[in-house]
Amino acid sequence: MTGVVSVENLSVVYDDFRALDTASVEIGAGESFGLVGESGSGKSTLLRAIAGLAPASEGAIHVLGRELRGSRREKAFYRAVQMVFQDPYGSLHPRQTIDRQLMEPLAIHGIGDGERRILKALDEVGLGSGFRFRYPHQLSGGQRQRVAIARALILEPSILLLDEPTSALDASVQAEVLNLLEQVRRDRKLTFLMVSHDLGVVTHMCDRLAVMQAGRVVERLSSADLVAGRIGEDYTRNLMVASKGFRRKTA
Amino acid sequence: MSALLTVEDLRVSFPTRTGVVEAVRGVSFTLGRERLGIVGESGSGKSQTGRAIMGLTPPHAQVTAKRLAFDGIDLLSAPPKLRRDLRGKRIAMILQDPKYSLNPVMSIGKQIVETLWRHEKVGRAEARKRALDMLAAVQIRDPARVFDLYPHEVSGGMGQRAMIAMMLVAGPELLIADEPTSALDVTVQLEVLSILDRLVAERGMGLIFVSHDLRLVSSFCDRVLVMYAGRIVEEIAASDLANARHPYTQGLLNCMPVIGADRHPLPVLDRKPEWAL
Amino acid sequence: MSLATETRPMTRREWLLSDRPQSRLQARLGRAYMTWRRFSANRLAVVGLLILLGLCFVAAFADLLAPHSPVIGNLAGARLLPPGSEGYLLGTDDQGRDILSRLIHGSRLTLAVVVLVAIIAAPVGLIVGAVAGYAGGWLDAILMRITDIFLAFPKLVLALAFVAALGPGIENAVIAIAVTSWPPYARIARAETLTVRNSDYIAAVRLMGASPARIVFRHVVPMCMSSLIVRVTLDMAGIILTAAGLGFLGLGAQPPLPEWGAMIASGRRFILDQWWVATMPGIAILIVSLGFNLLGDGLRDALDPRESGQ
Ligand SMILES: Nc1ncnc2c1ncn2[C@@H]1O[C@H](COP(=O)(O)OP(=O)(O)OP(=O)(O)O)[C@@H](O)[C@H]1O
Ligand SMILES: Nc1ncnc2c1ncn2[C@@H]1O[C@H](COP(=O)(O)OP(=O)(O)OP(=O)(O)O)[C@@H](O)[C@H]1O
Ligand SMILES: [Mg+2]
Ligand SMILES: [Mg+2]
Repeated sequence: MTGVVSVENLSVVYDDFRALDTASVEIGAGESFGLVGESGSGKSTLLRAIAGLAPASEGAIHVLGRELRGSRREKAFYRAVQMVFQDPYGSLHPRQTIDRQLMEPLAIHGIGDGERRILKALDEVGLGSGFRFRYPHQLSGGQRQRVAIARALILEPSILLLDEPTSALDASVQAEVLNLLEQVRRDRKLTFLMVSHDLGVVTHMCDRLAVMQAGRVVERLSSADLVAGRIGEDYTRNLMVASKGFRRKTA
Repeated sequence: MSALLTVEDLRVSFPTRTGVVEAVRGVSFTLGRERLGIVGESGSGKSQTGRAIMGLTPPHAQVTAKRLAFDGIDLLSAPPKLRRDLRGKRIAMILQDPKYSLNPVMSIGKQIVETLWRHEKVGRAEARKRALDMLAAVQIRDPARVFDLYPHEVSGGMGQRAMIAMMLVAGPELLIADEPTSALDVTVQLEVLSILDRLVAERGMGLIFVSHDLRLVSSFCDRVLVMYAGRIVEEIAASDLANARHPYTQGLLNCMPVIGADRHPLPVLDRKPEWAL
Repeated sequence: MSLATETRPMTRREWLLSDRPQSRLQARLGRAYMTWRRFSANRLAVVGLLILLGLCFVAAFADLLAPHSPVIGNLAGARLLPPGSEGYLLGTDDQGRDILSRLIHGSRLTLAVVVLVAIIAAPVGLIVGAVAGYAGGWLDAILMRITDIFLAFPKLVLALAFVAALGPGIENAVIAIAVTSWPPYARIARAETLTVRNSDYIAAVRLMGASPARIVFRHVVPMCMSSLIVRVTLDMAGIILTAAGLGFLGLGAQPPLPEWGAMIASGRRFILDQWWVATMPGIAILIVSLGFNLLGDGLRDALDPRESGQ
């Protein structure tokens, strides 16, 4: 097995609905892997299944060589894998200061030295200590997303699951957050699994990507292939065309 | 005059503990039965402009305008009852942040039906059918399943489309869409836009399309207002956006990752204080 | 810009309202101060708070404030004197006891009932509701069915049944009221929990490896607190009335304890001729209930998470 994350024939079923249908992806160490696809095609579900937040009914998930079963995860897993959510307004606890939210993972894992780690994490995401004791409602969307990234990084994971980390941010802030993510990946040699619906973002950030539709992975290709138009599936081609902008159907 | 909406010198300010925050500082435009885009970075006052038109500004904020008229009705002096009746029925707004705006403990379908009932008296079966049709119209696969789901059970994009369905079900004449497609993948995004497009073209709806995706706006809208720090810094025909004059507009265009361009790190916006004057 | 402000020492107000608190304490105090400002902007709420502070003060210094003994009266010379009589400001009852002194001492009982019920019922309701809401499934079903059973009976009737079983007395009255008043709190806590349990911030905490207990107590419960505090405060008036009702029926505090409800009960025989015996404790109950209601209304505005959230 070569991948640090490998998902084989994974299915997630809600009631009778197959949100994820025998999906497989394999991600190598230090790689940045993109997931694109239709809305509702199960991209978030795949990430959540890896994290143990969605019930996997069939298939296997291996992370760092260990097989994960059900939705139970060991403590070591949480130190290795962290996630950044799509909506920066919903992913921070509204009643806790930034300081408390960054302290929480350290407290859970019994890591001392909180003071220094928090300052370092805030510094790393470019926020500085002035933000430490603020509440989320005192921050802008981009700043919140930076806090969410800091929270994910504070346990020093080696794998980061990113669920549309910039889709709620405006273009200028998106550029800042993407630059930040690239930089921490370089500094810490992280592995990224990143969902986005913006092909521009995915080709900018990722080496390889998988295209999903209706719970299935329909195509796997490299960013270079996508850019050069070496595309196998019609759906992927549609995505490429759609990325060029709106075109009015002439009557 | 055929203008559907006239906005003249709209100002919205929030008294806060550290002084008055002027979120919108003198915005003027008129809207006919067309697609008007408003772009600008986060915090530039796009949503507050839309909310002020809707009458959804938080109560402690101050809204003033030389003129704020919808179809000849002066909105600022209209009695609250009239504004409530206008809201939803004739003017609708798709709020940013669908997950926040949907009721987490009521199913999607029920919320759409309730919205419909607020404006029209229709039977139970009829209401359900209209809601299902609307869900199908916003390209939701399997509307019958989604009808019974709760907001946390749908994906980000489905929540956003449910919100759109909810706003369109009453058939408004003016629609303010606040980043209606930010969580949608590009193909669905275009489907939703073509629904909005059809409503403008066939029913003569006026559309204010708030977004920070300049490329999308330039291909979809007729006219674009570029906002910075509560003001309109540039008004431009959408097709000319690529030749925008203002350095802020150019900067916004420039910092989007482009397929095939290899720019690491991405250029970021270098804000100049004089833009805010 | 910021340099200019830093050269001048901060006033205490600025320190509290700072956008960039420098310590945990400052952040917390700043938030409390904001809440206080929202609260104190509401005049009536402040009136409510003053009434209750007054109640606490009277209860604490009852021995010093009361001019006479609350239980031993002057049977020979001072029976059923009207208000304003020499030395008896609010008059006396049929046993020659000073009503004012009895009211002052009775405030202790009222306060004790309220506090005991609050510290028994509110946490029970909160925990049951939050656990049921967060766990879902069969645990939710069981806990909520139990809650429903309690909710199905009118509060006073259920309390009556309990007191009848346990025997009359103020302690049993407190227990009975507490037992009957937690279910609405469980409902509220569960409803709040349901709205937050699927949020991303709870998912984020789960992803840190937090145990369910930690999630419920440290992350979910704080989100239920404000609506619960408001509800408990608003319920206080009802609790006082229930306690008084039990007292009135002779099932609560026993004579000669100066419990307000029992005082009304004993005064009802003379309601037409000596109206003050029953009226004075009635007014006391009214004022305190009003105080709690005003306070609760004010807290609702001050603690509303939707307002402070954005
Ligand atoms: N708890 C749940 N109960 C029932 N169905 C669910 C649940 N969670 C997700 N689903 C369904 O699973 C499907 C996939 O959802 P998912 O969130 O993975 O989509 P996505 O690819 O991330 O889409 P988007 O780009 O819009 O976020 C959706 O159809 C959704 O309705
Ligand atoms: N309740 C409030 N109190 C004080 N200031 C507020 C309040 N609501 C909004 N503002 C301010 O108004 C300004 C404009 O906000 P608005 O929501 O219109 O921005 P936007 O352009 O929609 O940004 P985004 O792209 O992030 O949605 C912001 O600077 C914000 O801080
Ligand atoms: Mg998703
Ligand atoms: Mg906005």
